[in-house]
Amino acid sequence: RHLSPRLRPSEGLARPPPPPTDNCPNGPFRPGHGKSVERDVVPTCVYQHSGGAIPHSVEWEGRSLLKALVKKSALRGEQVHVLGCEVSEEEFREGFDSNINSRLVYHDLFRDPLSWSKPGKALPGGPLEALRALDKRTVSGPATIALDSLSWLLHHLPCPTLCQTLHALSRQDSCPGDTPPGEQVRVLGLLHEELHGPGPLGALSSLAQTEVTLSGMMGQASAQILCRRPRQRPTHQTQWFSILPDFSLELQAEPPLESQPRSDPHTPSVDPTTHLTFNLHLSKKEREAKDSLTLPFQFSSEKQQALLRPGLGQATSHIFYEPDAYDDLDQEDPDDDLDV
Amino acid sequence: ATLVRVQRGGSPSAQTEGKLTLLCDAKTDGSFLVHHFLSFYLKANCKVCLVALIQSFSHYNIVGQKLGVSLTAARERGQLVVLEGLKSGVDVFFRPREEPHPLQFLREANAGDLQPLYAFVRDALQPVDSGEAAWRCPVLLVDDLSVLLSLGVGPVAVLDFVHYCRATVCQEWKGNVVCLVHDSGDTEDEESDVLLNGLSHQSHLILRAEGLATGFCKDVHGQLRILWRRPLQPTTHRDRSLTYQYKIQDKSVSFFAKGMSPAVL
Repeated sequence: RHLSPRLRPSEGLARPPPPPTDNCPNGPFRPGHGKSVERDVVPTCVYQHSGGAIPHSVEWEGRSLLKALVKKSALRGEQVHVLGCEVSEEEFREGFDSNINSRLVYHDLFRDPLSWSKPGKALPGGPLEALRALDKRTVSGPATIALDSLSWLLHHLPCPTLCQTLHALSRQDSCPGDTPPGEQVRVLGLLHEELHGPGPLGALSSLAQTEVTLSGMMGQASAQILCRRPRQRPTHQTQWFSILPDFSLELQAEPPLESQPRSDPHTPSVDPTTHLTFNLHLSKKEREAKDSLTLPFQFSSEKQQALLRPGLGQATSHIFYEPDAYDDLDQEDPDDDLDV
Repeated sequence: ATLVRVQRGGSPSAQTEGKLTLLCDAKTDGSFLVHHFLSFYLKANCKVCLVALIQSFSHYNIVGQKLGVSLTAARERGQLVVLEGLKSGVDVFFRPREEPHPLQFLREANAGDLQPLYAFVRDALQPVDSGEAAWRCPVLLVDDLSVLLSLGVGPVAVLDFVHYCRATVCQEWKGNVVCLVHDSGDTEDEESDVLLNGLSHQSHLILRAEGLATGFCKDVHGQLRILWRRPLQPTTHRDRSLTYQYKIQDKSVSFFAKGMSPAVL
């Protein structure tokens, strides 16, 4: 099946919040889904696609986009919590400057997620508790939670549990009251589509308000963005982008035109005529002789004149025939009986 | 050989340490890559742990001798630790159950996880501060991971094992991990696909040996695609992959650009 990269943001459900009650044990109500402040890309889930066993799609990896979005959130002053399962903290923080790194809290599920190590470097409670603990940490102010990756969580937790936890994560505690503007939690999740079947993918998809699918063409990455808003039709948009080395997101208006594939500057072009057993080259004399040669069936004006002008001694053409003993000369016209 | 150039100059340097290299073959036999990496790392004075599930030790030894290393000598001086799957797989059934064994999953009704195998690798490659001349970075070689699926281990369990090896050998000890998997290709093998795709995402470098699309050829045995993933900076894919064709000879493998085999020109 053809897999197109899809970013699956994991946001709150598009249902209206539950009716307010009088007993609200916790703080002010915070809506589950993040409202997009960016003008263009609003991902809430960065989903990486990597279709086949190799390359054409393993190239369009989503972690760079996830990091670019994390950087955007951090630059807006939000606190970012990253649940890191697939890469080490060192690797995730690479490329970020200290300003961003100070706003980034990395919950390490990479080193010892399943408690296999003897001195026990694992987060207590395993992956599920680590995930649940995330909502208790976003105490105040807008925050972004990045899950790297949802695929890892989906492999290690039952799908319904994961979906419920994600839903709870984005809902937080609900309480009536004024929603402070900007008190929002945005949940980003990275998902490798080809590792899962359609069931779990569909379940996560239904949780997400925005799905961003990555693909690309000729070296240029693009994102298919599907936005589902409550009581509105889903909108679909394609955005070409590139990610700069410092993980800034650069949006492009249209795909850049590349008329021909650029030759790789690193490999010297190989001349195939160097090690042959036969000679492919022409000397100057040979080249001149070749150029001055007229081809037998080339119809030039000289030839035309020669044909039109009968040459000397060529008035008519004669056929001389000597029949031998076995020849049967029949004077009748064989086509006589044709009724043409 | 080009593979050595791929590793930047023939010796593990800072750039090439802490990496997971995935060897993958499709419609051909990619084990020549395993032999290459084994001899390469032994010659580079690295501490090597070979999880050999497919062939016997003597097979690797014979090929290694053609490539210029003696595995027996390396094992004797402690540079090489080998888990011979074919031999020790049988031992599992003749040992008391309480003793942990790396291939313990063979005994289990539900092949659970590969933690005992990971523990074996960790103990084999653990850096020892004994004051003697230390080996260079630790290296884990697995030949191969697809057979674990055939032995009943789930793809997620295999991915977890590789995850832990990556976390310990690559991240913590700055060593390298090289694993071979088989691409099942057109056969609808979901587990194999999940394993291969999952590993591709975890890898820094993918070497994929493919048979030629046109079938068997005497002079060109296959095609090798090299893909660098997880570069330091997100760049366009244009710089990240190369393709060569190769011919396996008795003591080496020769690489050439596509269509440039000396036999064809």
